[in-house]
Amino acid sequence: MAGTSIMETLFQRDLDDLIKGIRQQQIKESLFISKAIEEIRREIKSTDLPTKSAALRKLSYLSSLHGADMSFAAFHAVEVMSSPQFFYKKIGYHAVTQSFNDDTPVILLITNQLRKDLNSSNQFEVSLALECLSRIGNVDLARDLTPEVFTLLSSNAVRVCFKRLVENLESSEPVILSAVVGVFCELCLKDPRSYLPLAPEFYKILVDSKNNWLLIKVLKIFAKLATLEPRLAKRVVEPICEFMRRTEAKSLLFECIRTVLSSLSEYESAVKLAVVKVREFLVDDDPNLKYLGLQALSIIAPKHLWAVLENKDFVIKSLSDGDYNIKLESLRLLMSMVSESNVAEISRVLINYALKSDPEFCNQILGSILSTCCRNLYEVIVDFDWYASLLGEMVRIPHCQKGEEIEHQIIDIAMRVKDVRPALVHVCRNLLIDPALLGNPFLHRILSAAAWVSGEYVEFSRNPFELMEALLQPRTNLLLPSIRAVYVQSVFKVLIFCAHSYLLHKENISSVNTDNLASEVPESVFARMSCENSDLATSEAPASSEQHDSFNPRNINQSFGDLSIENGGDATVSNSQASTSASLGRNSFTHESIVNLFNIVELALGPLSRSHDVEIQERARNVLGFTDLIEQEILNPVVQGEENLARAETEASRVVKLMCDAFSEELGPVSTSAQDRVPVPDGLLLKENLADLETICGDIQLPLSSSFSLSSTPLGEAVDISRTNLQSKDETEPSHESTSLLAEHRKRHGLYYLASEKSEGASNDYPPANDPMSQDKLNDDAEDLLKLTEQSLAPKKKPNQAKPRPVVLKLDGDEISVAAKKPELKDDLLSGVVQDVLLGNDGVPSSSRSNRSENLSGKSKGKEKLSTDLSLETKENVPGEKMPDHVNTSSRRSKHRSHGKERRQKGQGKDGEEKEDNGQKEKRKSNHHRGKHKAHQRADEPLNVVAQTPVIPDFLL
Amino acid sequence: MIYALFADMAVADNGSRQGKVRLTKWYSPYTQKERSKVIRELSGVILTRGPKLCNFVEWRGYKVVYKRYASLYFCMCIDQEDNELEILEIIHHYVEILDRYFGSVCELDLIFNFHKAYYILDEILIAGELQESSKKTVARLIAAQDSLVETAKEQASSISNIIAQATK
Repeated sequence: MAGTSIMETLFQRDLDDLIKGIRQQQIKESLFISKAIEEIRREIKSTDLPTKSAALRKLSYLSSLHGADMSFAAFHAVEVMSSPQFFYKKIGYHAVTQSFNDDTPVILLITNQLRKDLNSSNQFEVSLALECLSRIGNVDLARDLTPEVFTLLSSNAVRVCFKRLVENLESSEPVILSAVVGVFCELCLKDPRSYLPLAPEFYKILVDSKNNWLLIKVLKIFAKLATLEPRLAKRVVEPICEFMRRTEAKSLLFECIRTVLSSLSEYESAVKLAVVKVREFLVDDDPNLKYLGLQALSIIAPKHLWAVLENKDFVIKSLSDGDYNIKLESLRLLMSMVSESNVAEISRVLINYALKSDPEFCNQILGSILSTCCRNLYEVIVDFDWYASLLGEMVRIPHCQKGEEIEHQIIDIAMRVKDVRPALVHVCRNLLIDPALLGNPFLHRILSAAAWVSGEYVEFSRNPFELMEALLQPRTNLLLPSIRAVYVQSVFKVLIFCAHSYLLHKENISSVNTDNLASEVPESVFARMSCENSDLATSEAPASSEQHDSFNPRNINQSFGDLSIENGGDATVSNSQASTSASLGRNSFTHESIVNLFNIVELALGPLSRSHDVEIQERARNVLGFTDLIEQEILNPVVQGEENLARAETEASRVVKLMCDAFSEELGPVSTSAQDRVPVPDGLLLKENLADLETICGDIQLPLSSSFSLSSTPLGEAVDISRTNLQSKDETEPSHESTSLLAEHRKRHGLYYLASEKSEGASNDYPPANDPMSQDKLNDDAEDLLKLTEQSLAPKKKPNQAKPRPVVLKLDGDEISVAAKKPELKDDLLSGVVQDVLLGNDGVPSSSRSNRSENLSGKSKGKEKLSTDLSLETKENVPGEKMPDHVNTSSRRSKHRSHGKERRQKGQGKDGEEKEDNGQKEKRKSNHHRGKHKAHQRADEPLNVVAQTPVIPDFLL
Repeated sequence: MIYALFADMAVADNGSRQGKVRLTKWYSPYTQKERSKVIRELSGVILTRGPKLCNFVEWRGYKVVYKRYASLYFCMCIDQEDNELEILEIIHHYVEILDRYFGSVCELDLIFNFHKAYYILDEILIAGELQESSKKTVARLIAAQDSLVETAKEQASSISNIIAQATK
């Protein structure tokens, strides 16, 4: 064995040989690698550490560059890692870091090794272990090793390190200085507040340094600091302006511009200068500068819109730039310019532009128009009729893929803005009626929204018959079932509306004023309706129509008695609704047209009642049931005598009215937080375990279905039900109940009203119906674009707001949570130490530290939060009993903090930790007192950077 | 902070522009899988961009600054707040130093002396920040390291050393 070991050592290929071999490529690379791995597999089993480590090293190389699997070597890596010699240890650590993950079984073996190395006196070993931990650390390792890491953190190493860093800010060596500034630049990004005291040093660099690399970093630091301390901003603004005026380096110039625009935007003159420089960027030929110029503008846009407006010509010109990035940036800027007065023009320009741009950018444009317009509940939109037609236009853009977004907005504005409904229904009608749109799957969702809107607000439709034809056109079979179901539901609504209008129209003529009575009898009819439906489900349709012929008269007899007692107050809603359409109803709702309508519906939905999709099937049958129910009375008035006719009509109109009422219930937008605001009643105990919910639900559903299914037994029983229902309808409750039931059903199945997918490329063969922009032809040139927006972008107010902005329904939940993000107190240990170093000079460490703890107890919230945060974290990761462990660690932390101060706690072991914790508190308290005391003595010391506001002395003055 | 740097070659044959990576350097931890994904995605984004476009690409909340030298693209992935022009200058700085070291650098230099390219990079950048802005200093340091390596190699290849190792 020893012999082979020596041989192996002697003739083992080391890493260099391996790399050379791969590069020489005498044989195929993959073959070479698999050979090498076989070799490694053999060598790595060697007991000789050098051989083993060399093999491991080769394996690491192959794994990192050629993706070789090194999981088989996991245990060997652990072995090498535990070698006392640094050279091998390093190889081992490297391999472990590279290959271990949570699934590696032997990861549990390294905990102790890591702990040993973390506690090692050799700082390089410590750093190896730390680096390894940072890469592969998992929950277990973190739990076991956190104390060690905390020990390291609170050790003097970090403190000393920071002191050095600060000292080096005055270094004359440029390399050191740039490294130090680099460090602080990164640190400042994370937690600028802690470094505020260093402002004088940075300022000195800013003024003195000639090194542009350095200046850029310092400027970045000041960009962060200046927002925190206004006096600092005032101080730096002048030098920065000076840089802007004289520097040649574009990178520095850009950094200055960005600093001014982002952090010093209150300084008018500086901003003006910066904007001038931005303009120089914009007119430059270099696309990089152009891009950055646009970006700078978008930084400033929210605060100083004039800067954007001043450069609007460039912005619009770059919309047609060859570079996608530049186009995108200018689009963003353009959208930031949008206001109430110019939204129409900008949108028109952009839509024209979208028509001839490539699909990707086209959708980008559409997307940004949509998102800008709906911002803050459509706050920029005054004329919603225009917006509705704009949405309609978007659909007709060939590349439009924004189906989901447009769908959402169509429904949203329909629900929120009452005044827009007529226009929106018109737009939707145009969409629905176009057979070409059905061929584009991307638009199906929009069509579903359109169908919903035109069904829901059918009373605004100019021609419901036409709408019905659109909804039933043969090409609807291209739609997804879920959208088709929406169509069918809309057919139902439109049908009811037509029947209702027709009856109303008739009644008006014969001046029979029975409609007031009708609305009171929903439940009976409702029940009957469902009878019909289930009848349909079981038997043939013609049979059912025969049935109700016979039982209707009875119902009517019964209901007449009740009806005569009541004076319909409920009918007002439907009356008012009907009156709007009554006028047009007069000319269009003739007997023939209604008959025709019923025929169409039955013809189109007949096949659907056998659809495989349950939703379509059910809805189609609902509709068919309804038509069967009423067509007899409506359509055959001539056969019966006058009296009979009147009765029949009443019956039919009653049914129709009922349905009409049911559908005229408004569906408002519901805030997402609505549920939360329902107060929990006293004494309500919510069950944790909802497993028995199923049985309860089953109980509820069972009676429902059984009562409905009764009707599948023929005639006699069905009449019984209707009779009992009729009796019960004496109370007013049930009548409402049925409507609300229906409404609830719709709400519950609201999902089905809108859902589906999208796809690609609309055909554009149908001329846009009512677009104001078809007049302006598609202009090809950026110059034209420019001209178009010239007026619109001018910040003048347009006086043509003849009609006031309609009300947009708002919900509490809609409040856009702008809530200025509180700068998180990243009060971690590191910055704590940093503050220590920065604030207290190390000559008086104890006082500075006690000051710190005073700080902590002074704003104990921050501190408390920190510790709870920590414990929460562990709670999440580690269940239950691990908690105390953690408390220990945090107490240990504080121990370490005070440890340096008064070396009292040395002797205390782990078992005394609970006590220690208490003692700790007391100590902190005492620190607190002492700290206060000290603070009195040295009031001028800049300690409470966070707690009290501007205790920072005038560093720069 | 710079997150990653890589140089890859655009092979413009038969229309498919595919990058072959010559050099990568990561300044924050990624798994091997993520790395190859990042490289693949960025190559797709960058290599398809035509000439005369701007050298910045927004990508997943980061920015990528790239620059093309002959067939070689140098790309750096940076934070949103970073200064793009500065990064461009860093790339140029690096390329200039490579050029000075290899004497009009070409792709083959990077292929066969990839480790030196890394050493030089490490002299310039530390943890994703520019460390040494003087080309002369970098050249001097690299030269010093080279001579160290030479002496070490000589020692290692001496026969006595091998014997010493074997009999250990």
